[in-house]
Amino acid sequence: MSDLITMDDLTNDEIVEILDAADRLLPVAKGDIYAPLLQGKVLGNLFFENSTRTRMSFESAMKRLGGEVLNLSSVGSSVAKGETLYDTMQMVDGYSDIAVIRHPHQGAAQYSADAVEIPVLNAGDGAGNHPTQTMLDLFTIRQAHGTLEGLNVVLVGDLRYGRTTHSLSHALVRFGAKLTLVSPESLTMPTEIVGDLQKHGADVTESEDMAAAIPEADVIYMTRIQKERFPDEDEYTKVAGIYKMTADDLGGAKGGMIVMHPLPRVEEIDPSVDSTKHARYFQQAFNGVPTRMALLCRSLGVKVPKKVKS
Amino acid sequence: MSEMRRVTAICNGTVVDHIPAGKALQVMQMLRVDVGRSNPISLVMNVPSGKVGRKDVLKIEDRELTQVELDRLALIAPHASVAIIRNYSVAEKREIELGEELVNIARCSFWNCITQNTREPLPHKLRVVSEDPLDVRCAYCGRTQSIDEMADSIL
Repeated sequence: MSDLITMDDLTNDEIVEILDAADRLLPVAKGDIYAPLLQGKVLGNLFFENSTRTRMSFESAMKRLGGEVLNLSSVGSSVAKGETLYDTMQMVDGYSDIAVIRHPHQGAAQYSADAVEIPVLNAGDGAGNHPTQTMLDLFTIRQAHGTLEGLNVVLVGDLRYGRTTHSLSHALVRFGAKLTLVSPESLTMPTEIVGDLQKHGADVTESEDMAAAIPEADVIYMTRIQKERFPDEDEYTKVAGIYKMTADDLGGAKGGMIVMHPLPRVEEIDPSVDSTKHARYFQQAFNGVPTRMALLCRSLGVKVPKKVKS
Repeated sequence: MSEMRRVTAICNGTVVDHIPAGKALQVMQMLRVDVGRSNPISLVMNVPSGKVGRKDVLKIEDRELTQVELDRLALIAPHASVAIIRNYSVAEKREIELGEELVNIARCSFWNCITQNTREPLPHKLRVVSEDPLDVRCAYCGRTQSIDEMADSIL
Protein backbone atom coordinates (compact mmCIF):
# COMPACT_ATOMS: atom_id res chain seq x y z
CA MET A 1 0.00 0.00 0.00
CA SER A 2 1.45 3.36 -0.86
CA ASP A 3 0.55 7.01 -1.19
CA LEU A 4 1.31 9.17 -4.19
CA ILE A 5 1.63 12.80 -3.11
CA THR A 6 4.48 14.12 -5.26
CA MET A 7 6.59 12.61 -8.02
CA ASP A 8 9.35 12.23 -5.42
CA ASP A 9 7.37 9.26 -4.12
CA LEU A 10 8.32 7.30 -7.26
CA THR A 11 11.70 6.19 -8.56
CA ASN A 12 12.36 6.26 -12.30
CA ASP A 13 12.09 2.46 -12.38
CA GLU A 14 8.72 2.61 -10.63
CA ILE A 15 7.50 5.21 -13.12
CA VAL A 16 8.44 2.95 -16.01
CA GLU A 17 6.80 -0.07 -14.32
CA ILE A 18 3.55 1.87 -13.83
CA LEU A 19 3.58 3.07 -17.45
CA ASP A 20 4.16 -0.52 -18.62
CA ALA A 21 1.21 -1.69 -16.49
CA ALA A 22 -0.92 1.13 -17.95
CA ASP A 23 0.01 -0.08 -21.43
CA ARG A 24 -1.22 -3.57 -20.58
CA LEU A 25 -4.46 -2.11 -19.19
CA LEU A 26 -5.29 -0.14 -22.36
CA PRO A 27 -7.82 -2.70 -23.67
CA VAL A 28 -9.58 -2.60 -20.28
CA ALA A 29 -9.61 1.21 -20.31
CA LYS A 30 -11.18 1.16 -23.76
CA GLY A 31 -13.83 -1.30 -22.62
CA ASP A 32 -12.64 -3.98 -25.08
CA ILE A 33 -12.15 -6.48 -22.26
CA TYR A 34 -13.36 -6.64 -18.67
CA ALA A 35 -10.74 -7.46 -16.03
CA PRO A 36 -12.12 -7.11 -12.49
CA LEU A 37 -8.75 -6.75 -10.80
CA LEU A 38 -10.19 -4.39 -8.15
CA GLN A 39 -13.45 -6.21 -7.48
CA GLY A 40 -14.55 -5.71 -3.88
CA LYS A 41 -12.45 -2.56 -3.47
CA VAL A 42 -13.95 0.87 -2.77
CA LEU A 43 -12.48 4.20 -3.88
CA GLY A 44 -13.27 7.38 -1.95
CA ASN A 45 -13.20 10.07 -4.66
CA LEU A 46 -12.91 13.39 -2.79
CA PHE A 47 -13.14 16.49 -4.91
CA PHE A 48 -13.18 19.72 -2.93
CA GLU A 49 -12.46 21.64 -6.12
CA ASN A 50 -13.94 21.43 -9.63
CA SER A 51 -12.80 18.65 -11.92
CA THR A 52 -14.00 16.97 -15.08
CA ARG A 53 -11.23 14.71 -16.35
CA THR A 54 -9.48 13.72 -13.15
CA ARG A 55 -12.65 12.84 -11.29
CA MET A 56 -14.27 11.01 -14.20
CA SER A 57 -11.15 9.14 -15.25
CA PHE A 58 -10.55 7.89 -11.69
CA GLU A 59 -14.15 6.77 -11.52
CA SER A 60 -13.95 5.12 -14.94
CA ALA A 61 -10.65 3.44 -14.00
CA MET A 62 -12.08 2.01 -10.78
CA LYS A 63 -15.35 0.84 -12.36
CA ARG A 64 -13.74 -0.75 -15.41
CA LEU A 65 -11.59 -2.76 -12.99
CA GLY A 66 -14.68 -3.97 -11.12
CA GLY A 67 -14.34 -1.65 -8.09
CA GLU A 68 -16.85 0.72 -6.50
CA VAL A 69 -16.66 4.49 -6.10
CA LEU A 70 -17.92 6.81 -3.36
CA ASN A 71 -17.96 10.43 -4.50
CA LEU A 72 -17.70 13.39 -2.15
CA SER A 73 -17.52 17.08 -2.92
CA SER A 74 -17.49 20.04 -0.56
CA VAL A 75 -20.95 21.10 -1.74
CA GLY A 76 -23.65 19.07 -0.03
CA SER A 77 -21.36 17.46 2.55
CA SER A 78 -20.30 18.31 6.09
CA VAL A 79 -17.29 20.12 4.63
CA ALA A 80 -19.73 22.93 3.84
CA LYS A 81 -20.63 22.97 7.56
CA GLY A 82 -17.02 23.56 8.49
CA GLU A 83 -15.82 20.02 9.14
CA THR A 84 -12.05 19.78 9.21
CA LEU A 85 -10.20 17.82 6.57
CA TYR A 86 -8.85 15.60 9.35
CA ASP A 87 -12.36 14.61 10.46
CA THR A 88 -13.57 14.08 6.89
CA MET A 89 -10.61 11.80 6.25
CA GLN A 90 -11.45 9.68 9.28
CA MET A 91 -14.81 8.90 7.63
CA VAL A 92 -13.19 8.08 4.32
CA ASP A 93 -10.73 5.82 6.13
CA GLY A 94 -13.66 3.82 7.44
CA TYR A 95 -15.73 3.73 4.26
CA SER A 96 -13.16 3.00 1.55
CA ASP A 97 -9.94 1.18 0.70
CA ILE A 98 -8.19 4.04 -1.08
CA ALA A 99 -8.73 7.80 -1.33
CA VAL A 100 -8.20 10.23 -4.18
CA ILE A 101 -8.22 13.85 -3.11
CA ARG A 102 -8.33 17.18 -4.88
CA HIS A 103 -8.31 20.20 -2.62
CA PRO A 104 -7.85 23.97 -3.07
CA HIS A 105 -5.32 24.17 -0.22
CA GLN A 106 -1.72 23.24 -0.87
CA GLY A 107 -0.46 20.39 1.27
CA ALA A 108 -3.94 18.91 1.72
CA ALA A 109 -2.97 15.60 0.13
CA GLN A 110 0.04 15.02 2.38
CA TYR A 111 -2.03 16.13 5.35
CA SER A 112 -4.73 13.60 4.41
CA ALA A 113 -2.16 10.85 3.98
CA ASP A 114 -0.84 11.59 7.46
CA ALA A 115 -4.37 11.49 8.86
CA VAL A 116 -5.41 8.02 7.65
CA GLU A 117 -4.23 4.44 7.20
CA ILE A 118 -5.55 3.87 3.66
CA PRO A 119 -3.43 4.95 0.67
CA VAL A 120 -4.00 8.49 -0.61
CA LEU A 121 -3.48 9.68 -4.17
CA ASN A 122 -3.02 13.40 -4.74
CA ALA A 123 -5.32 14.60 -7.52
CA GLY A 124 -4.17 18.22 -7.20
CA ASP A 125 -3.58 20.35 -4.10
CA GLY A 126 -3.91 24.07 -4.75
CA ALA A 127 -0.94 25.19 -6.83
CA GLY A 128 1.12 22.32 -5.42
CA ASN A 129 1.37 18.96 -7.13
CA HIS A 130 -0.65 16.79 -9.46
CA PRO A 131 1.36 13.59 -9.83
CA THR A 132 -1.33 11.40 -11.40
CA GLN A 133 -1.63 14.02 -14.16
CA THR A 134 2.14 13.81 -14.56
CA MET A 135 1.94 10.04 -14.92
CA LEU A 136 -0.62 10.31 -17.71
CA ASP A 137 1.45 13.06 -19.32
CA LEU A 138 4.51 10.80 -19.25
CA PHE A 139 2.40 7.96 -20.65
CA THR A 140 1.30 10.21 -23.52
CA ILE A 141 4.84 11.41 -24.22
CA ARG A 142 6.20 7.85 -24.25
CA GLN A 143 3.34 6.72 -26.47
CA ALA A 144 4.25 9.39 -29.03
CA HIS A 145 8.06 9.28 -28.85
CA GLY A 146 8.71 5.73 -27.70
CA THR A 147 10.91 7.05 -24.90
CA LEU A 148 11.04 9.54 -22.04
CA GLU A 149 14.77 10.07 -22.35
CA GLY A 150 16.41 13.29 -23.50
CA LEU A 151 13.40 15.06 -25.03
CA ASN A 152 13.13 18.76 -25.70
CA VAL A 153 10.01 19.88 -23.82
CA VAL A 154 8.51 23.37 -23.86
CA LEU A 155 6.12 24.29 -21.03
CA VAL A 156 3.94 27.30 -21.82
CA GLY A 157 1.61 29.53 -19.82
CA ASP A 158 0.97 29.71 -16.11
CA LEU A 159 4.07 28.12 -14.64
CA ARG A 160 3.69 29.89 -11.32
CA TYR A 161 0.35 28.49 -10.22
CA GLY A 162 0.17 25.55 -12.63
CA ARG A 163 0.54 22.43 -10.52
CA THR A 164 0.66 20.14 -13.57
CA THR A 165 3.83 21.81 -14.81
CA HIS A 166 5.43 21.70 -11.34
CA SER A 167 5.05 17.93 -11.10
CA LEU A 168 5.83 17.31 -14.78
CA SER A 169 9.02 19.35 -14.84
CA HIS A 170 10.38 17.47 -11.81
CA ALA A 171 9.70 14.16 -13.52
CA LEU A 172 11.04 15.15 -16.93
CA VAL A 173 14.43 16.32 -15.71
CA ARG A 174 14.92 12.94 -14.06
CA PHE A 175 14.76 11.48 -17.57
CA GLY A 176 17.23 14.03 -18.95
CA ALA A 177 14.76 16.37 -20.65
CA LYS A 178 15.81 19.79 -21.87
CA LEU A 179 13.18 22.20 -20.57
CA THR A 180 12.15 25.55 -21.99
CA LEU A 181 9.86 27.43 -19.62
CA VAL A 182 7.74 29.98 -21.49
CA SER A 183 5.63 32.34 -19.38
CA PRO A 184 4.95 36.02 -18.80
CA GLU A 185 7.23 37.53 -16.18
CA SER A 186 4.50 37.48 -13.52
CA LEU A 187 3.85 33.75 -13.98
CA THR A 188 7.34 32.27 -14.07
CA MET A 189 8.08 28.95 -12.40
CA PRO A 190 8.68 29.44 -8.63
CA THR A 191 12.40 29.95 -7.98
CA GLU A 192 12.58 27.04 -5.52
CA ILE A 193 11.33 24.69 -8.25
CA VAL A 194 13.75 26.04 -10.85
CA GLY A 195 16.49 25.71 -8.21
CA ASP A 196 15.51 22.09 -7.56
CA LEU A 197 15.52 21.33 -11.29
CA GLN A 198 18.96 22.85 -11.71
CA LYS A 199 20.23 20.96 -8.66
CA HIS A 200 19.29 17.80 -10.55
CA GLY A 201 21.53 19.01 -13.39
CA ALA A 202 18.63 20.04 -15.60
CA ASP A 203 19.11 22.08 -18.75
CA VAL A 204 16.49 24.79 -18.13
CA THR A 205 15.88 27.92 -20.21
CA GLU A 206 13.33 30.58 -19.27
CA SER A 207 11.71 32.73 -21.95
CA GLU A 208 8.59 34.73 -22.81
CA ASP A 209 8.66 33.79 -26.49
CA MET A 210 6.61 30.74 -27.45
CA ALA A 211 7.16 31.04 -31.22
CA ALA A 212 10.94 30.85 -30.86
CA ALA A 213 10.69 27.58 -28.93
CA ILE A 214 8.48 25.70 -31.42
CA PRO A 215 11.01 24.51 -34.08
CA GLU A 216 13.22 22.56 -31.65
CA ALA A 217 10.43 21.12 -29.50
CA ASP A 218 9.51 17.44 -29.22
CA VAL A 219 6.65 18.32 -26.87
CA ILE A 220 4.84 21.61 -26.35
CA TYR A 221 2.83 21.51 -23.13
CA MET A 222 0.30 24.34 -23.08
CA THR A 223 -1.48 25.42 -19.89
CA ARG A 224 -4.37 27.69 -19.08
CA ILE A 225 -3.83 30.93 -17.22
CA GLN A 226 -5.86 29.98 -14.15
CA LYS A 227 -8.10 32.82 -13.05
CA GLU A 228 -9.01 31.00 -9.82
CA ARG A 229 -5.39 30.96 -8.60
CA PHE A 230 -4.83 34.73 -8.75
CA PRO A 231 -5.12 36.56 -5.44
CA ASP A 232 -5.74 39.75 -7.46
CA GLU A 233 -8.05 39.93 -10.51
CA ASP A 234 -6.15 42.88 -12.04
CA GLU A 235 -3.05 40.72 -12.22
CA TYR A 236 -5.07 38.07 -14.04
CA THR A 237 -6.44 40.55 -16.58
CA LYS A 238 -2.91 41.70 -17.46
CA VAL A 239 -1.83 38.24 -18.62
CA ALA A 240 -5.06 36.49 -19.68
CA GLY A 241 -4.87 35.36 -23.30
CA ILE A 242 -1.16 36.14 -23.66
CA TYR A 243 -0.39 32.86 -25.48
CA LYS A 244 -2.62 31.67 -28.32
CA MET A 245 -1.43 28.79 -30.48
CA THR A 246 -2.98 28.36 -33.93
CA ALA A 247 -2.34 25.74 -36.63
CA ASP A 248 -0.35 28.34 -38.58
CA ASP A 249 2.16 28.65 -35.71
CA LEU A 250 3.12 25.00 -36.16
CA GLY A 251 4.42 25.23 -39.75
CA GLY A 252 8.05 25.05 -38.62
CA ALA A 253 7.55 22.32 -36.01
CA LYS A 254 9.21 18.89 -36.15
CA GLY A 255 7.00 16.24 -37.73
CA GLY A 256 6.74 14.21 -34.53
CA MET A 257 6.21 17.13 -32.20
CA ILE A 258 3.11 16.78 -30.03
CA VAL A 259 0.98 19.50 -28.45
CA MET A 260 -0.36 18.60 -25.02
CA HIS A 261 -2.65 20.39 -22.57
CA PRO A 262 -4.04 19.18 -19.23
CA LEU A 263 -7.37 20.84 -20.18
CA PRO A 264 -9.67 22.65 -19.80
CA ARG A 265 -8.41 25.09 -22.41
CA VAL A 266 -9.77 28.59 -22.83
CA GLU A 267 -8.05 30.52 -25.61
CA GLU A 268 -4.51 29.18 -25.51
CA ILE A 269 -5.04 26.50 -28.20
CA ASP A 270 -7.16 27.51 -31.16
CA PRO A 271 -9.53 24.76 -32.43
CA SER A 272 -7.60 24.88 -35.73
CA VAL A 273 -4.82 22.93 -33.96
CA ASP A 274 -7.21 20.05 -33.18
CA SER A 275 -7.07 18.64 -36.72
CA THR A 276 -3.27 18.81 -37.05
CA LYS A 277 -1.08 15.74 -36.57
CA HIS A 278 0.45 17.47 -33.55
CA ALA A 279 -2.68 17.65 -31.40
CA ARG A 280 -2.54 15.08 -28.61
CA TYR A 281 -4.59 16.62 -25.78
CA PHE A 282 -7.74 14.56 -26.20
CA GLN A 283 -5.73 11.35 -26.38
CA GLN A 284 -3.87 12.63 -23.30
CA ALA A 285 -7.16 13.06 -21.44
CA PHE A 286 -8.21 9.48 -22.30
CA ASN A 287 -4.82 8.23 -21.13
CA GLY A 288 -5.87 9.24 -17.64
CA VAL A 289 -7.92 6.04 -17.47
CA PRO A 290 -5.24 3.35 -18.06
CA THR A 291 -2.66 5.33 -16.10
CA ARG A 292 -4.95 5.78 -13.10
CA MET A 293 -5.91 2.10 -13.32
CA ALA A 294 -2.24 1.22 -12.96
CA LEU A 295 -1.83 3.67 -10.04
CA LEU A 296 -4.90 2.33 -8.22
CA CYS A 297 -3.63 -1.24 -8.63
CA ARG A 298 -0.17 -0.29 -7.35
CA SER A 299 -1.45 1.54 -4.27
CA LEU A 300 -3.85 -1.29 -3.45
CA GLY A 301 -1.11 -3.88 -3.82
CA VAL A 302 -2.76 -5.59 -6.81
CA LYS A 303 -0.37 -6.87 -9.48
CA VAL A 304 -1.30 -6.18 -13.10
CA PRO A 305 -0.74 -9.48 -14.96
CA LYS A 306 1.78 -9.61 -17.81
CA LYS A 307 -1.16 -10.45 -20.05
CA VAL A 308 -4.44 -8.89 -18.99
CA LYS A 309 -7.41 -11.11 -19.91
CA SER A 310 -11.18 -10.99 -19.36
CA MET B 1 39.99 37.63 30.08
CA SER B 2 41.53 40.87 28.75
CA GLU B 3 38.28 42.62 28.03
CA MET B 4 36.13 43.97 30.80
CA ARG B 5 32.82 42.18 31.24
CA ARG B 6 29.97 44.12 29.67
CA VAL B 7 27.37 42.16 31.62
CA THR B 8 27.92 40.63 35.00
CA ALA B 9 27.97 36.89 35.51
CA ILE B 10 24.64 35.31 36.34
CA CYS B 11 24.02 33.09 39.33
CA ASN B 12 21.60 30.63 37.71
CA GLY B 13 20.19 30.37 34.22
CA THR B 14 21.25 29.99 30.59
CA VAL B 15 23.92 31.78 28.56
CA VAL B 16 23.69 31.63 24.80
CA ASP B 17 27.01 32.78 23.38
CA HIS B 18 28.38 33.21 19.85
CA ILE B 19 25.05 34.21 18.34
CA PRO B 20 25.70 35.75 14.89
CA ALA B 21 25.96 39.55 15.31
CA GLY B 22 22.58 41.25 15.15
CA LYS B 23 20.53 38.07 15.54
CA ALA B 24 19.96 38.14 19.32
CA LEU B 25 16.52 39.74 19.05
CA GLN B 26 15.44 37.03 16.63
CA VAL B 27 16.88 34.44 19.01
CA MET B 28 14.76 35.90 21.80
CA GLN B 29 11.74 35.81 19.53
CA MET B 30 12.35 32.17 18.59
CA LEU B 31 12.94 31.15 22.20
CA ARG B 32 9.96 33.23 23.33
CA VAL B 33 11.93 34.16 26.41
CA ASP B 34 10.16 37.50 26.57
CA VAL B 35 6.64 36.12 26.61
CA GLY B 36 4.76 35.87 29.89
CA ARG B 37 7.83 35.72 32.09
CA SER B 38 9.67 38.13 34.28
CA ASN B 39 13.15 36.62 34.32
CA PRO B 40 15.93 39.21 34.06
CA ILE B 41 17.46 39.05 30.58
CA SER B 42 20.78 40.60 29.50
CA LEU B 43 21.47 41.16 25.87
CA VAL B 44 24.78 42.18 24.34
CA MET B 45 25.01 42.86 20.64
CA ASN B 46 27.85 43.33 18.16
CA VAL B 47 30.67 42.72 20.62
CA PRO B 48 34.08 41.66 19.27
CA SER B 49 34.72 37.93 19.24
CA GLY B 50 37.97 36.15 18.55
CA LYS B 51 36.01 33.24 17.09
CA VAL B 52 33.50 34.87 14.76
CA GLY B 53 34.49 38.55 14.41
CA ARG B 54 31.41 40.02 16.07
CA LYS B 55 28.76 38.27 18.06
CA ASP B 56 25.69 38.67 20.25
CA VAL B 57 25.30 37.15 23.72
CA LEU B 58 22.07 36.43 25.60
CA LYS B 59 21.89 35.70 29.32
CA ILE B 60 18.60 34.51 30.80
CA GLU B 61 18.50 34.38 34.58
CA ASP B 62 16.73 31.72 36.61
CA ARG B 63 15.64 29.70 33.63
CA GLU B 64 17.30 26.64 32.15
CA LEU B 65 16.29 26.34 28.52
CA THR B 66 15.35 22.82 27.46
CA GLN B 67 16.97 20.99 24.58
CA VAL B 68 13.73 21.31 22.56
CA GLU B 69 13.78 25.07 23.07
CA LEU B 70 17.44 25.29 22.18
CA ASP B 71 17.08 23.26 19.01
CA ARG B 72 14.90 26.02 17.61
CA LEU B 73 18.04 28.15 17.59
CA ALA B 74 19.65 25.93 15.00
CA LEU B 75 17.60 27.78 12.41
CA ILE B 76 19.36 31.10 12.98
CA ALA B 77 22.34 30.41 15.24
CA PRO B 78 23.49 26.86 14.54
CA HIS B 79 26.96 27.51 15.92
CA ALA B 80 25.94 29.28 19.12
CA SER B 81 27.28 27.76 22.34
CA VAL B 82 24.97 27.22 25.27
CA ALA B 83 25.88 26.94 28.92
CA ILE B 84 23.57 26.15 31.82
CA ILE B 85 24.75 28.10 34.85
CA ARG B 86 24.21 27.00 38.43
CA ASN B 87 25.69 28.91 41.35
CA TYR B 88 27.91 31.02 39.03
CA SER B 89 29.51 27.94 37.45
CA VAL B 90 28.95 26.22 34.15
CA ALA B 91 26.99 23.14 35.17
CA GLU B 92 26.30 21.85 31.65
CA LYS B 93 27.18 22.67 28.06
CA ARG B 94 24.51 21.92 25.50
CA GLU B 95 24.81 21.39 21.77
CA ILE B 96 22.32 22.80 19.33
CA GLU B 97 21.07 20.31 16.81
CA LEU B 98 18.98 20.84 13.74
CA GLY B 99 17.00 17.65 13.20
CA GLU B 100 15.50 16.50 9.92
CA GLU B 101 12.03 17.61 10.95
CA LEU B 102 10.82 20.47 13.17
CA VAL B 103 7.56 19.46 14.77
CA ASN B 104 5.31 22.14 16.28
CA ILE B 105 8.08 24.72 16.36
CA ALA B 106 6.79 27.09 13.70
CA ARG B 107 3.70 27.25 11.53
CA CYS B 108 4.01 27.28 7.72
CA SER B 109 3.71 30.89 6.58
CA PHE B 110 2.19 30.17 3.16
CA TRP B 111 -1.30 31.69 3.03
CA ASN B 112 -2.83 28.78 1.11
CA CYS B 113 -1.29 25.92 3.10
CA ILE B 114 -3.77 23.46 4.64
CA THR B 115 -2.21 24.14 8.05
CA GLN B 116 -3.48 27.75 7.99
CA ASN B 117 -6.80 26.36 9.20
CA THR B 118 -6.22 26.58 12.93
CA ARG B 119 -8.83 23.90 13.61
CA GLU B 120 -6.88 21.22 11.75
CA PRO B 121 -5.38 19.07 14.52
CA LEU B 122 -2.27 17.46 13.02
CA PRO B 123 1.11 18.87 14.15
CA HIS B 124 2.89 21.59 12.22
CA LYS B 125 5.89 20.05 10.52
CA LEU B 126 8.80 21.69 8.75
CA ARG B 127 11.35 19.57 6.90
CA VAL B 128 15.04 20.48 6.81
CA VAL B 129 16.10 19.94 3.21
CA SER B 130 19.56 21.42 3.62
CA GLU B 131 21.48 22.86 6.57
CA ASP B 132 23.99 24.88 4.59
CA PRO B 133 22.59 26.84 2.90
CA LEU B 134 19.57 26.55 5.16
CA ASP B 135 16.52 25.27 3.26
CA VAL B 136 13.48 24.53 5.41
CA ARG B 137 10.15 23.61 3.84
CA CYS B 138 6.67 22.86 5.07
CA ALA B 139 6.28 19.07 5.21
CA TYR B 140 2.74 19.39 3.86
CA CYS B 141 2.75 22.08 1.17
CA GLY B 142 6.48 22.07 0.38
CA ARG B 143 6.92 25.86 0.51
CA THR B 144 10.34 27.17 1.54
CA GLN B 145 10.24 29.18 4.78
CA SER B 146 12.56 32.13 5.36
CA ILE B 147 14.15 32.69 8.76
CA ASP B 148 12.06 35.83 9.27
CA GLU B 149 8.88 33.97 8.40
CA MET B 150 9.71 31.20 10.85
CA ALA B 151 10.57 33.69 13.58
CA ASP B 152 7.17 35.33 13.04
CA SER B 153 5.36 31.99 13.05
CA ILE B 154 6.79 30.40 16.16
CA LEU B 155 4.22 28.33 18.00
